[in-house]
Amino acid sequence: MLQDRYSLAFRLYPYRRSPDQDAPLPVRHPVVVMGGGPIGVATALDLGLQGIPVVVLDDHEGIGMGSRAICFAKRSLEIADRYGCAEPMLAKGVVWNLGKVFHQDRKVYEFNLLPEAGHRFPAFINLQQPYFEKFIVDRVRAVQEQGAPIELRGKNRVDAVTVKDDHVVLEIMTPDGPYRLEADWLIGCDGAGSPLRGMLGLGFEGRVFRDSFLIADIRMTADFPTERWFWFEPSHGSGASTLLHRQPDDTWRVDFQIGWDVDRKEEMKEENIRRRLDAFLGPERPYEIVWSSIYTFQCRRMQKFRNGRVIFAGDAAHQVSPFGARGANSGLQDVDNLGWKLGLVIRGVAPERLLDSYDEERIHGADENILNSTRATDFITPKSTISHVFRNAVLDLAEHYAFARPMVNSGRLSVPCTYDTMSLNGPDALPGGPARSRVGSPCPDAPVGEGFLLRRLGTGFAILTIDAEAPDLIDEDGIVARRVAVSADADPSGALAARYLGSAGSAVYLIRPDQHVAARWDRYDETALRAALRRACARD
Amino acid sequence: MTALNTAPNIADVDDFYAALIGAHEGLSDAESARLNARLVLILANHIGDRRVLDQAIAAAARPGAGQ
Repeated sequence: MLQDRYSLAFRLYPYRRSPDQDAPLPVRHPVVVMGGGPIGVATALDLGLQGIPVVVLDDHEGIGMGSRAICFAKRSLEIADRYGCAEPMLAKGVVWNLGKVFHQDRKVYEFNLLPEAGHRFPAFINLQQPYFEKFIVDRVRAVQEQGAPIELRGKNRVDAVTVKDDHVVLEIMTPDGPYRLEADWLIGCDGAGSPLRGMLGLGFEGRVFRDSFLIADIRMTADFPTERWFWFEPSHGSGASTLLHRQPDDTWRVDFQIGWDVDRKEEMKEENIRRRLDAFLGPERPYEIVWSSIYTFQCRRMQKFRNGRVIFAGDAAHQVSPFGARGANSGLQDVDNLGWKLGLVIRGVAPERLLDSYDEERIHGADENILNSTRATDFITPKSTISHVFRNAVLDLAEHYAFARPMVNSGRLSVPCTYDTMSLNGPDALPGGPARSRVGSPCPDAPVGEGFLLRRLGTGFAILTIDAEAPDLIDEDGIVARRVAVSADADPSGALAARYLGSAGSAVYLIRPDQHVAARWDRYDETALRAALRRACARD
Repeated sequence: MTALNTAPNIADVDDFYAALIGAHEGLSDAESARLNARLVLILANHIGDRRVLDQAIAAAARPGAGQ
């Protein structure tokens, strides 16, 4: 009745009978999250830390096997840090900066992520997805101890959903049989294959790429440097392209592009995987296969992420090809964007239409990710003869001419989305202010004294003053913004001034709970700040 | 003498590349070859400077020659 579809890396939320299953009438919860993956559990953590009760339902009892997402971007770590779980990720993860691109075994290009100084977190870490998920669940367990109202219910499979005007009714199957729940809000984080999308008859439009990739995670002791290596048309012949990337625990991700018309069952046999690996690594190198999988690429999204009382996030809402690390990283940006908005709406201090801005902002983000990952995929797997000819011309030229190197596209790595010209944005009134911290952008980190700026900003609205005056607290009918006062002198490196002042002498920033800039001025003006605060909550 | 510019010179190069490949969408190989020939001639005329064009021809014929 409840058959596992995959085996578990960590059994973290074993089934326990809930009192809800014995209630005479369905119990109503403010928020139910469908799906206990990284996006679902992070959503619960965000809401739970705000004191909003949330129930996560998952049809398994923990985290699935397999490395899957392995590249986590700085923005994801910054979001996780707001939730209090970034440090173990950073401690376990592998930091890398250098990428090399080869064509027929000749190195044609290398790039350095050139991590800018003055950030708490590196540009990227590599970390197997199960670890990433486990650190989030560990944090949920820690905040539960402190009273955060989060429940994780394993082996609770949602079989049917009825959407009403102001709530949703869920039919749930458990090892003890079915029961029913009601939710004011249902958040669909049930992955790319989203059963919830299917139950509601919602579409998922886009492109499927006609190629498949064999992933093998192997454990070996190798003295390869901690770099991302990508081969176009490697001479070992095991794939039309090959990627090698390091993970923790002496584990390496190898990714072979093996074509569209392959016999999956045949390719997944260990002897066949080994044949490819041996051709790639040479016959002398011992390794152990930890996990393998074959996948195809799709780039698609739902037309709307919010459908009344049902809101989708992560892969359930949008799916991209993996080149560029834009899957899990964009899902976390969804959570970051949705959490505070839903919190304000549930607490009754912001109108429901604030949630429409989640649609506006995250669809913009999804489209940006789909565009970038579609282009990378078209470059890696050219779909016509002429496209292939151009691709190889770029690779030939890149070896000798600088101009062709930026054209080499083995994945444009995830950067956080800037919400330019979106409805929640207030005025950008800081003459000489830097473009990177313009209204709509995610706040760049910067050193402040012994610590870092983003940690100082906290989790609510912030009034960041840099060498400017402002009251310590503004309360606009229940929406509270607290001042964070810093001085450019607090960062002798000059990074804080370069990132927030530009040529201005002082600045006042209104910063949203997701640490995006809502408005900025050269000085404090109470009327303007209150108006921007109302606008950032869709109250105008 | 004007030197051939081999430094990156196109803003949003991914967008340009997509437009270039997009122009070939649905064409046969022969049609694509003709499109490329026309494109080279149009660009060459725009450049005009014969010394630059000669360097470009040499660079394309023998990658590495411009190093």
